Amino acid sequence: MKDKNMILAGLVVFIVVITFPFWFNMGKAAPAPELELTAKAKAAKTCVMPTAFMTAEHMQLLDVWRHNVVRSGERMFVNADGKLFDMSLSNTCLDCHSNKEKFCDRCHDYASVDPYCWDCHIDNPKGE
Amino acid sequence: MADELIKPDELLSQIDHRPSGAGWMDTPLDIRKGMYCYASNPKSVATLGLPYARPWNPLEEDWKLPENWQEIIYEGFRERLEKFRSFKVFMDICVRCGACADKCHFFIGTGDPKNMPVLRAELLRSVYRNDFTTAGKILGRLGGARPMTLDVLKEWWYYLFQCTECRRCSVFCPYGIDTAEITIMGRELLNLLGLNIDWIATPVANCYRTGNHLGIQPHAFKDMLDFFVDEIEEVTGIKVDPPYMQKDADILFITPSGDVFADPGTYTCMGYMLLFHYLKEKYDLNITWSTYASEGGNFGFFTSHETMKRLNSKMYAEAKRLGVKWILGGECGHMWRVITQYMDTMNGPADFLEEPVNPITGTTFENAKSTKMVHIAEFTADLIKHGKLELDPGRNDNQIVTFHDSCNPARGMGLLDEPRYVLENVVNHFYEMPAGTIREQTFCCGSGAGLNAGENMELRMAGGFPRANAVKHVHDNFGVNMLACVCAIDRAAFPASMEYWVPEVDVTGLHELVANALIMPGEKERETDLRGEPLPGMEE
Amino acid sequence: MNKNYMVSLIAVIVLFLIAYVGTQQGAGLQLVFGIIIPYLAVILFVVGFIRRVMGWSRSAVPFQITTTCGQQPSLPWFKQAKIDNPSSTFFVIIRMFLEIVCFRSLFRNSRMKLNGGTKLTYQLEIFLWVGALAFHYAFFTVVVRHLRFFTEPVPFFVTLLEKVDSFMRIEVLYDAIQSGLPGVYMSGLVLLAATLYLFLRRVLIPQVRYISLAADFFPLFLIMGIALSGIFMRYFTKVDIVAIKELTMGLVTFRPTIPEGVSGLFYAHMFLVSILLAYFPFSKLMHLAGIFLSPTRNMTGNTRQVRYVNPWNYPVKVHTYDEYEDDFREKMIDAGLPVVKMPEEQP
Repeated sequence: MKDKNMILAGLVVFIVVITFPFWFNMGKAAPAPELELTAKAKAAKTCVMPTAFMTAEHMQLLDVWRHNVVRSGERMFVNADGKLFDMSLSNTCLDCHSNKEKFCDRCHDYASVDPYCWDCHIDNPKGE
Repeated sequence: MADELIKPDELLSQIDHRPSGAGWMDTPLDIRKGMYCYASNPKSVATLGLPYARPWNPLEEDWKLPENWQEIIYEGFRERLEKFRSFKVFMDICVRCGACADKCHFFIGTGDPKNMPVLRAELLRSVYRNDFTTAGKILGRLGGARPMTLDVLKEWWYYLFQCTECRRCSVFCPYGIDTAEITIMGRELLNLLGLNIDWIATPVANCYRTGNHLGIQPHAFKDMLDFFVDEIEEVTGIKVDPPYMQKDADILFITPSGDVFADPGTYTCMGYMLLFHYLKEKYDLNITWSTYASEGGNFGFFTSHETMKRLNSKMYAEAKRLGVKWILGGECGHMWRVITQYMDTMNGPADFLEEPVNPITGTTFENAKSTKMVHIAEFTADLIKHGKLELDPGRNDNQIVTFHDSCNPARGMGLLDEPRYVLENVVNHFYEMPAGTIREQTFCCGSGAGLNAGENMELRMAGGFPRANAVKHVHDNFGVNMLACVCAIDRAAFPASMEYWVPEVDVTGLHELVANALIMPGEKERETDLRGEPLPGMEE
Repeated sequence: MNKNYMVSLIAVIVLFLIAYVGTQQGAGLQLVFGIIIPYLAVILFVVGFIRRVMGWSRSAVPFQITTTCGQQPSLPWFKQAKIDNPSSTFFVIIRMFLEIVCFRSLFRNSRMKLNGGTKLTYQLEIFLWVGALAFHYAFFTVVVRHLRFFTEPVPFFVTLLEKVDSFMRIEVLYDAIQSGLPGVYMSGLVLLAATLYLFLRRVLIPQVRYISLAADFFPLFLIMGIALSGIFMRYFTKVDIVAIKELTMGLVTFRPTIPEGVSGLFYAHMFLVSILLAYFPFSKLMHLAGIFLSPTRNMTGNTRQVRYVNPWNYPVKVHTYDEYEDDFREKMIDAGLPVVKMPEEQP
């Protein structure tokens, strides 16, 4: 019955592998990260677009912004309410959300996202 | 029979490899003349003590089944799922990728979609799903399940006797699913209801009683060999003297009885006799024949594992009784699958025999250490390698030879290079058939696994088509006129198949060619080969 | 129209809609589709898988029926095909490894053609092998990638795989269609394409169409549905990824929760995955485990060298030599054949 033991061993290995997420996270709670808004962000109340849109689509919006600025030289973004914004990660986004570690990074780390924004843009353009 | 057989071009024109129409479950069974073998003779079934011996006819509506036949099949199925993991796993894991579909010689030659290996297995699998799986029970037809009905049973019988258990599909299956295994199980189940074909049942009964498939009784067996003795004397001037059941001989020789009985196997048999005489004269090696174990082949293998074991037992029993050192086996196909993969497990251990050593060369046959049975191609290759045989391959110069790997030695053993080595030393003109049709991908002769009857000639010709087509290729390109093989069924089946597809090509066993080339001590100048055909340069 | 695939297609669409509608506002079955069904599916998968494999293991392996796909070990000057006709466990492992990881037998695949109705040819047919490899490896990559939703912190091999998988950067930024971020994963597209290929060959190749059952189409549609909904969520409709991870992490840490803002599309995606998991052990998908147990591949070919023992070998009725001699003694003596017992003299 050597063969039965082999099968059993294989089965155990398989079960251990597929239950990886259960034992890897054993005893750890992993709630969604809390985001901290800076005073300025709080004061502004809403971002360039509604929060729900921003949560899901900010990467797409930034991509379009970059495209418009770099390719077409357009710098102005008009949102649904008719408000004007400079299409700039450093000067618009990070102006309010100057706390990258406690805002951008928390979600990105949680969702294992490694955006290439920071390949060029530095965290804190104003050097505060 | 032959006059009713359809012409080759007609046969080809009716092949359509693109199945269409209703799904296979809705395609009714048509038991067609020329495609099936006659039902087993009740006497043969009774001789073996197998159940439900009775006369019955596949073409009749009533197969005279026992009342509880469904229960018998169900119980038999369940028992085999427990006894054979192969069966159970193969029932469960096929994904129907279709890789096997066009690998079967019967599908290629008939175009009948139920001859695709996957579908042949589905015939059983559909019942398995219905009877043994939850999903099948719930989903029914949608889940590919169907209940065991009389029509299903008849379909099993028809198509399981259109499979030669050649295992070619198993080479290509990504999970190694072996249709031979499924056919073996299916035939076992059919045998529980007494549904065998006579071309298997009667040879098995013969073999059980007389020691060989053809039912040759001991004195007649000797008569036949005596006849060969005379023939050999005529050709070579030498009188060979084959010993029978000689106690304490060095080696017991067992070969399929087909070679004793029918051309061109008889010439191969003469080949063995010449070789053994040569070894006796030159090296004093004693190789004995036996009339009790006078059958290498094992049609029991096509009946059930148990019947196979019953027939096979004679090999070791006779070797033990005679006190030989080891056993030498002749050229045969399924015989070697049985010896390689079953014999030692079923009837071993053969601890009363010695590890096979060729006393002439000193070579130990390491690969047969436990079974203690050596293939004659291995044996002869070893003799040739050590220069122990004086050979004149020029005597075979009229033969332009190609070599057919028999299914079972190829895919159930791996005997590929040994016969080629022997061949290259005894003939000067040897050409391989195209890759994809030789070695482990070799095509069946179309008549294996007990199907070389007369009444199913159309099936045999269709199944033999892929092999014959490859032979035709080398015939057209290199002028090949001789098909060499190491299987008695091949020698029985190919003459008809060649006659039908490539009439210019003849069939020979390996040791016929060896014997033609072998220069016997004290022989007269040979003018003809063993067949009485003039040797090259002796045509006048 | 093919009933088998229509039934499967409709089944998958219905399943999708059940979950999608069931988690819309008003229906409020998030608890069912987000927590209860996924847990049930995992339990069914694990228990069903174990039961199936243990079922196989309970069946005996009476004979060593290796398919020998190459030269046997023989006399020293014949080169043994050590992988295709292995003599040792080591080479059996190599054979199995190549079979499982490279689909070696499938690589042999050829296509038979009857040319002009008279001449058979066999050409290499590599597409099934390529398609199967693409499908399985893409599927594997997608599964491993998804560990980012089930681990915290995310292990290095997952992030590494994500990087490799998103190596190709594809950004489409027209007014009509804008897509590009998040970065495109190749595996998802390959998976969808390979599944589509496997489906098309089932429909277009007459032989394969003929053998295909509903059970062959169902998993294909299911996987297509999973891939499509995943691709849709990632590149088009966009979802709140953090909320989703909160849900999935809740599941694996046994602190299940239903966060706000998770879309119906996600629940439908997860429902299809649950169906796949639950369906797995009861279907042909078990070839994943079955291939390890295939006796024609996982055994050595040296059956003449080493005796294999059948656990249920039993004695059978045989026709012994003595019985044989009794049957034929006179004839044997007349023919000059040796006999063991001379016939008794009749007084």
